[in-house]
Amino acid sequence: MNLQGKNILGTQGLSKDQIYGVLEAAESFKEISTRKIKKVPTLRGRTIINLFLEPSTRTRTSFEIAGKRLSADVINISGSSSSIVKGENLIDTVRNLEAMKPDILVLRHSCSGAPHLISKWTNSSIINAGDGTHEHPTQAFLDLMTIKEHKQELEGLKVAIVGDIAHSRVARSNIYAMKTLGMDITLVGPPTMMPVDIEALDVKIVYDMEQAIRDVDVILMLRIQMERQNKLLLTSLREYSTLFGLNLEKLKKAKKDVLIIHPGPVNQGVELSPEVMESPHCLILDQVTNGVAVRMALMYLLLGGEDEALN
Amino acid sequence: MLNKVLSSKDITRAISRVAHEILERNREADSLVLVGIRTRGVFLAQRLKKKIEEIDKVQVEMGVLDITLYRDDILSGKNNPVLKKTEIPFALDGKKVILCDDVLYTGRTIRAAIDALMDFGRPSCVQLAVMIDRGHRELPIRPDFVGKNLPTSKDMLVKVKFKEVDEEDLVVIHTANSN
Repeated sequence: MNLQGKNILGTQGLSKDQIYGVLEAAESFKEISTRKIKKVPTLRGRTIINLFLEPSTRTRTSFEIAGKRLSADVINISGSSSSIVKGENLIDTVRNLEAMKPDILVLRHSCSGAPHLISKWTNSSIINAGDGTHEHPTQAFLDLMTIKEHKQELEGLKVAIVGDIAHSRVARSNIYAMKTLGMDITLVGPPTMMPVDIEALDVKIVYDMEQAIRDVDVILMLRIQMERQNKLLLTSLREYSTLFGLNLEKLKKAKKDVLIIHPGPVNQGVELSPEVMESPHCLILDQVTNGVAVRMALMYLLLGGEDEALN
Repeated sequence: MLNKVLSSKDITRAISRVAHEILERNREADSLVLVGIRTRGVFLAQRLKKKIEEIDKVQVEMGVLDITLYRDDILSGKNNPVLKKTEIPFALDGKKVILCDDVLYTGRTIRAAIDALMDFGRPSCVQLAVMIDRGHRELPIRPDFVGKNLPTSKDMLVKVKFKEVDEEDLVVIHTANSN
């Protein structure tokens, strides 16, 4: 299997075969993290730079561990400790990093399209670790991997995505990938958090949570992003939680074997009640485990071949 | 040109002999484990396991090794080799490991396999069993148990077929078309 092109900028445009190829590789990589010696020599001598210009613990750590378990040299740069504080712009930062010959640049940025922009300024492979409200492809892969582990087949599964769809890169990456795989998607949330024209992606929109989760196989709960101007979109967190939060009472209305996933970090008591988080339906920690495997798979697939860059 | 070298019967006999040789060399079969290298080394390991258990009335554990991530040519090919799972569900510490592969050629696969094995523990020893040894080693590696020695030239292609994945048990040599 080879990924087309040298970058992972999003799940939009990936084929079914490419998505399954990544998931299958990730299943094999998962085994490495269960060994006593959690390291293989595959990417020895390769350099990976994690450029995280937005806060993150889970994703950044996951990328770092993934690179290290493949024996690559991993360097982390965060916004507050970089020259960006001195006023250096993103393109200059990337050109300077490029001069040190990294093989992969992992970028998280608050602007949608930032990874696409820098991909024009570097020969390294770019992995998008979340750009603004656009895409977060590695999250979609780890979500799909977690669902596949429990349901085996992905095609035909019904998924409800609940929350601030408009600002969610997790939702967007999942919608693109899930539609490609033939999954059925219902979006749930307050009208202020629904993107305009999202129906064009062949998804259903429902404003009543209980109705929406009744016959789905998976509920993907999104985080209310306090940092992204939600004040204008919500009258109060309490109202949101009452209408769109998931608690045990609402969970009773769903299928007995429904899976609950959440990209983290959770606002406990807002999207998910603590009881739901502790229930066996909730797979948040499986998602985190699978995140390392998915990122190892992508790094391996990106550096494995010597295909001409297509992007 | 295509030459049949070993028939199904020859293969069965060779495996039977190798199983006896393994037991002769390793008196205590209880610390013996078999590890097959994907893909066709796995079938050799399975058959050896069955034979050894038959002869000695013991249970022998068996694992499967995918050496893709340990290869020395992994980042130079056009396409990524498809990665499959490694399954060694037991500790290797103190075990006598019989590493099994179908064809021994340059020795590079075995080098990778030994590296991979060491990441799973510290076996008391590692021995190598192969169906065919066709020569042309590029590393100082030698087999302990051989189904058949087959002197070849480098432009030949030796193919071991096992009925588990191929239609039948067979060893063939393809020769490049030359006069």
